[in-house]
Amino acid sequence: MTNKKVKVATVSLAGCFGCHMSFLDLDERLVELVEHVEFDRSPLTDIEHCSADCDIGLIEGGVCNSENVHVLREFRKNCKILVAVGACAINGGLPAMRNHISLEDCLNEAYVHGIGVENPQIPNDVELPLLLDKVHPIHEVVKIDYFLPGCPPSADVFWKFLTDLLAGREPSLNYELVHFD
Amino acid sequence: MNKTIVIDGKVIPFQDGQTIMEAAAEAGIYIAHLCHNPQFTPHGSCKLCTVKVNGRNCSACTFPASEGQNITNISKELNDDREKITQMLFVEGNHFCPSCEKTGNCNLQAVAYHLGMTDNHFPHFFENREVDASHPDVMIDHNRCIFCTLCVRASQEVDSKNVFAISGRGLEKRLVVNSESGLLKDSDLDVNDCAAHICPTGAILIKRTGYKVPIGQRIFDHAHIDTVTLANEGASHDE
Ligand code: SF4
Ligand code: FES
Repeated sequence: MTNKKVKVATVSLAGCFGCHMSFLDLDERLVELVEHVEFDRSPLTDIEHCSADCDIGLIEGGVCNSENVHVLREFRKNCKILVAVGACAINGGLPAMRNHISLEDCLNEAYVHGIGVENPQIPNDVELPLLLDKVHPIHEVVKIDYFLPGCPPSADVFWKFLTDLLAGREPSLNYELVHFD
Repeated sequence: MNKTIVIDGKVIPFQDGQTIMEAAAEAGIYIAHLCHNPQFTPHGSCKLCTVKVNGRNCSACTFPASEGQNITNISKELNDDREKITQMLFVEGNHFCPSCEKTGNCNLQAVAYHLGMTDNHFPHFFENREVDASHPDVMIDHNRCIFCTLCVRASQEVDSKNVFAISGRGLEKRLVVNSESGLLKDSDLDVNDCAAHICPTGAILIKRTGYKVPIGQRIFDHAHIDTVTLANEGASHDE
């Protein structure tokens, strides 16, 4: 490994942050990791945009709104290696289970007819990103280099993947580390 | 003298009337498959078991073994094709493993693990498929049906009933239930029928049993599908 730290950016799109929590399960291994890695744009740093020279981008979650698309494209543009992390990034996951219900019905159920809704109205602030008609896996929007399955992938998956990359090896996960659930 | 075929350079015996799949299973060689189960008449529809026989692609589950066959089962090309087929099955249905009771016990998922598949590659169809929870003990989640017809064959060949059929073509293809209403509750399916237990995915499930075995302790959580399959299916042919 060279002295220059590898730049890692992370984001949660249409995800639940579970993959990020699982990443933090690296626990004391994080101390070793930050010897070799520096975090760029990420909920862990609050940096708002990717530097132009990110090495690895970890994407949690699928794409459910216009902002997700912009963010995902920013990551693709600035990260040498883009990684789909977790079931939702890979196949849309739980949020994609809305795909067989029309967007109008979803919004009505959540904000108009839902149990206990007060002052029913569909949120319409200009600040809010527009919802896409369907939730999509990220490989349908940009090219993805690696996929880490799991809901979430365990900390061991992140560890194996990142240490392989840092050591200049082609990342490979053994049987026990590959789970779709 | 024993008649023999060669699979990946290994000479194995076969008896007349055996398919390549049967001869291989008896010799302890796993050929990936989803629509095949040695209990029933082969169907030859999933094409996962495609092997090269003297340079030509054939379905091992239907192709008769015969003297002089030089067969390739494991090669990068064949496994890449198998992976693509499996990915197509995943995008055609709605296979959300984290929310499926069958996860860890699912052959579709286990085949994907076996092939080293980590993504679905193709754009997802997100087809709208129904759930039939009308039967008191058994439910069908059509989102997960891969049209292997194992339930169709089990119902006919083992249960001597005729509960299931595949109807329609292409995107319109569906598993249908033989009852006037089309609902499972009005069919003569019984929870103890072979057809209720044969589904390789989570499409036909027995109610109130889904989480008896916790995730993490399920069949394919630690064991590979080749070992599991040979233990189950190879032995049944040894008699
Ligand atoms: S319900 Fe299950 S067993 Fe029946 S055809 Fe579909 S995948 Fe095969
Ligand atoms: S197992 Fe042979 S075609 Fe499906």
